[in-house]
Amino acid sequence: MSIADSTETTMEPDADEIARQRRKRVETFGKWLLPAVVLVLMLVIWDRIVVWNEIPHYILPGPGLVFETLIKDWAMLFEALLVTVQITLMALAVAVIGGVGLAVLFTQSRLVEMSFYPYAVILQVTPIVAIAPLIFIYVDSRIAGLLLCAWLVAFFPVLSNTTLGLNSADHNLRDLFRIYGASRWQTLRFLQLPSALPYFLGGLRIAGGLSLIGAVVAEYVAGTGGLKSGLAFRILEAGYRLNIPRMFAALILIAGTGVIIFAGLSFLSHMLLRKWHESALKRDH
Amino acid sequence: MTAPERPHATRPELLRLDRVGKTFNGDVVALRGMSLQVREGDFISLLGPSGCGKSTALRLISDLMHPSEGRITWAGPQETGDLGVVFQEPTLMPWATVAQNVWLPFRLRGKSYASVRDDVLEALKLVGLEKFQNSYPRELSGGMKMRVSIARAMVTRPRLILMDEPFAALDEITRFKLNNDLLTLKEAIGCTVIFVTHSVFESVFLSDRIVVMAARPGRVITELQVDAAYPRPESFRTSAEYAAYTRQATDALHEAMGEVA
Ligand SMILES: Nc1ncnc2c1ncn2[C@@H]1O[C@H](COP(=O)(O)OP(=O)(O)OP(=O)(O)O)[C@@H](O)[C@H]1O
Ligand SMILES: [Mg+2]
Repeated sequence: MSIADSTETTMEPDADEIARQRRKRVETFGKWLLPAVVLVLMLVIWDRIVVWNEIPHYILPGPGLVFETLIKDWAMLFEALLVTVQITLMALAVAVIGGVGLAVLFTQSRLVEMSFYPYAVILQVTPIVAIAPLIFIYVDSRIAGLLLCAWLVAFFPVLSNTTLGLNSADHNLRDLFRIYGASRWQTLRFLQLPSALPYFLGGLRIAGGLSLIGAVVAEYVAGTGGLKSGLAFRILEAGYRLNIPRMFAALILIAGTGVIIFAGLSFLSHMLLRKWHESALKRDH
Repeated sequence: MTAPERPHATRPELLRLDRVGKTFNGDVVALRGMSLQVREGDFISLLGPSGCGKSTALRLISDLMHPSEGRITWAGPQETGDLGVVFQEPTLMPWATVAQNVWLPFRLRGKSYASVRDDVLEALKLVGLEKFQNSYPRELSGGMKMRVSIARAMVTRPRLILMDEPFAALDEITRFKLNNDLLTLKEAIGCTVIFVTHSVFESVFLSDRIVVMAARPGRVITELQVDAAYPRPESFRTSAEYAAYTRQATDALHEAMGEVA
């Protein structure tokens, strides 16, 4: 074999490289296409079941009818969606402020942590459906009640993850900060908060989903409410009227909202961590 | 061998340990009766087996904990920034760039980056990393991260730098290179170094005094003088003089270990 030959062969991708590229193609292809195929299959089966069994639409509407309803009732459903989204986002914001604030307070004072942590846990483990009726008895404003419910569900993952993160700062770095005479505030700002960021973002993603759940559950409990009704109320209302297609349409909107919140928060997390954190590192093998 | 001149004996004292001891939880004697005089410009190695209290000694000196007995006295007042520390791990902030990491000691004293930019870049240049100022730690090799850590320790031009097995996790080729560079750096900024190591070879190559320690309880066995002149070129590693000192240090270390067994 000549020298030219052998240099030529090294230019070609080796077996590992070929296998890696193949895996990558399958990966990107599969990640989008496979769920899409499953979706189409499910819709077709759903449709066939309805048609072949001649199921009336007030028991199980076909996918086509649900879609039609979504378009037909769009104005009303969209308005309800905005209300639900508004409650969800506000609850999430308050969960972040409350969760991070409490976490910082806990790490600043062991006494505060020992005093209040058990109650944070109790609030978390008590099902929200059980607390919600009480809340609506004592809280006059409907919006405030909804917000409180959603917040109660959502703040705990932010609190516990952020507390864990604040305490997870590297011990040698802590020592270094002490040697350099850093103040409490400096240690918090330059060491603990950045260390906690990945943990906080993990908690935030969970809290995003939970605040939507909290908003929906709270609205079920709050029941009929004057002008501003969210999607949950629309589902209840449609249920009373046996308007099953509209129930499905609203359900689709709620699920879609949850997915968008999750994707948005995942993207945010990726953008904030991509420069330095291991979780955002792309490994090729 | 040339007649040993001992320039250190005439240099002013920086710090003194008087029969310093540390006991943990009432019964774990990590260090007992350690006395040591540190003069300005010294390069002192603490050499000894695992658990002999080397790290404890450094933590006491850096005031991270208080001695259970004895006293540590500094000549002159102590200011933050008079002390630089390098740990076994590079201990960099992963979310900050190389330059931001080196800025840290200044930042904690309230200095803006702009006001100390020149010092930061100068320190990076001394460790040969000026091109990497905007890189993140994860983009660097182990040796480069350690260089950043060293740059951070010396950026404030401290009087004393404490190093706790800084090169233990590196490969030998990188370690030799960093040993050479460390000596050059020390000359350049004229500081004092207390250096913890497990390696006889490293301690002989770097230091002018080696404190040999033993474990259970952690204590000083003997102090050796390495009178070879600085700067020490790479050829020092293969000289007869070096071999003789290594021999001496190894014997002292064996004695230290023997007493335990
Ligand atoms: N915070 C602590 N609490 C209890 N015991 C400790 C503590 N720190 C150190 N020790 C004990 O003190 C002894 C000396 O520890 P030290 O870390 O100083 O040893 P070292 O010489 O640095 O060892 P190595 O070479 O393994 O780093 C050990 O027996 C260790 O277990
Ligand atoms: Mg140690």
